[in-house]
Amino acid sequence: MSIENGTAGGADLDKEPQIHIRVDHQLIADLVPSGARVLDVGCGDGALLYHLSHFKGADARGIEVNRTRVAACLNQGLSVIQGDAEIELKDYPSGSFDCVVLSQTIQAVRDPKGTLETLLRIGNHAVVSITNEGYWRNRLQFALGGRMPFRENLGENWYNTPNIHPCTIRDFVALTKNMSIAIEKCFAVRASGTYREVDPWSAAANLFAVQMVFMLGSIPAEAR
Amino acid sequence: MILLSNPIPWDYMVKRICGLNGGLAGADTMARDTDTQRTGGGTIDPSTLPGEFVTLAGDTKLDLNSGAQLGPINVAYTTHGTLNTNKSNAILICHALTGDQFFCGTHPLTGRPGWWDTMVGPGKPLDTDRYFLICPNILGGCMGTTGPSEVNPSTDKPWGLEFPVITVGDMVNVQKLLVDYLGISQLFLVIGGSMGGMQVLDWAARYPERVFSAMPIATALRTSAQNIAHHEVGRQAVMADPDWCAGRYQEEGKRPHRGLAVARMGAHITYLSESALTRKFGRSLQSRDRVTYGFEADFQVESYLRHQGITFVDRFDANSYLYITRAMDYFDMVEEHGGIATDIFDSTSVRFGIISFTSDWMFPTVENREIVKVLNGVGANVSFVEIETDQGHDSFLMDIADYHRVVRGFLGGTAELLGAAGP
Repeated sequence: MSIENGTAGGADLDKEPQIHIRVDHQLIADLVPSGARVLDVGCGDGALLYHLSHFKGADARGIEVNRTRVAACLNQGLSVIQGDAEIELKDYPSGSFDCVVLSQTIQAVRDPKGTLETLLRIGNHAVVSITNEGYWRNRLQFALGGRMPFRENLGENWYNTPNIHPCTIRDFVALTKNMSIAIEKCFAVRASGTYREVDPWSAAANLFAVQMVFMLGSIPAEAR
Repeated sequence: MILLSNPIPWDYMVKRICGLNGGLAGADTMARDTDTQRTGGGTIDPSTLPGEFVTLAGDTKLDLNSGAQLGPINVAYTTHGTLNTNKSNAILICHALTGDQFFCGTHPLTGRPGWWDTMVGPGKPLDTDRYFLICPNILGGCMGTTGPSEVNPSTDKPWGLEFPVITVGDMVNVQKLLVDYLGISQLFLVIGGSMGGMQVLDWAARYPERVFSAMPIATALRTSAQNIAHHEVGRQAVMADPDWCAGRYQEEGKRPHRGLAVARMGAHITYLSESALTRKFGRSLQSRDRVTYGFEADFQVESYLRHQGITFVDRFDANSYLYITRAMDYFDMVEEHGGIATDIFDSTSVRFGIISFTSDWMFPTVENREIVKVLNGVGANVSFVEIETDQGHDSFLMDIADYHRVVRGFLGGTAELLGAAGP
């Protein structure tokens, strides 16, 4: 489970298969122990699932709401359920998975706090990646331009973004503290694709990271 | 008979529904045509059919769910493809209510492609170059497997309503006898839609060690009140036909064509969808410019349904229809497990792939999702997708690209799990 600072797609990936994988996916894949039981919530077209099941020997399952993406997953032979994660996750028994992954989805769910609780009920660990709204460009856009941060390249604006609960790294870390969730590791990802393990409360990360990947431990019973 | 207490004046009702000429327009002509081809007014003669036949449960009779015993049992089946040396590429195909063992190639009675010909064949999702496909006619059927139209060995007369009432579980137990007979210890896949899907679920629940993966399609854990209601209308239509003769039509040299055709017409509507009927027929008239102010088939949709009814009676037995719809009515896996749904597939190792269709109102997505929910509750390896189509419940028989891709992908992924030992 050791992970070093590195660059996705860099030379140290040569021992890995030659496939293109998103930087946060690479990080997540490195965090997941070989042969683990993993659930990828909001698994999209299955890129991470494919990687986990083919190169990490994981028993990898997924949930995805979009029918076309589910079909794409099944076409690759992956085990994926079409459904709304916030509804489907409630059906899983506690401790069903070694690790539950929620990649850049927490901001799009109706109830992020409840979702985190569920993730850490059905999984012994959760890997959650968030988009950092505290990134310096966003701050500039808001402070000087007077506009809400938006990602033009994704065609997202305040009125059509699926991210109904935007947060900064610090916002998210504060929530985990509030819920007594242990942050076991966290990695700041910069716009260049480089990443490093950082302190959750790092002001520099909150300013310069575009994304953060958290490895979360379970919630102590007395805190539930 | 228990099934026919308090008969209502059906003859009159059917006349009113179907037209003025004493029954289903066209049915009489059809009946004469078929009766000239078959002597004695009996049903299909299985000895003339191609495919394989085997007699099972000869030494030890099969215990039925009803408490009755049945044996020996004839099983008619077909196979396609080749069983590999370690017998790891066998797929059992479970047919639906009115299906049969002729799923692939040309159907010997209708001359039309088999019911799953689009799904099965070289290079198709159920690839005959890779897999060994087995499809038996179900218990209670009328294509060679023991059913009410066969001769009861203890009386030398057709069973008729003397045939014991059967269940989906009984059908599966007969299939298991066949799989044992073929020497296959584990099926790579059990697959089927509708009532075929119920058999798949029953296989996975009761014989998990014999099933590596399961694809129940457009089905449910239990038959809904609405589906029981539709079945009852169909049965009453059959039993209202005077030629049904309280189930002894074979001995009387008659066949209840009209009743069975009406049953089929009603059922056929449930297999389609409002939008598909509108798209295919709308309010278009049949070979005429204006309505006739009478009860002929003015509308194309009427003509289509009459055709469905008329062609169906040519290949199906009325008593089989009663028995098989009854078996579906009784299907309730939750009840079978004391009302605790999570017990059905407790700690199962079977890999499930479940498919539903957006326009299916007979087995809607919500009922298929129930299966997913139960499987998730026991941490099973389950995939589920709802395919978008307007073709209703019959979608599972249709050549829908997304649907076929998913089946192909699921089989590929399942074969990968078995590695070199697999198909």
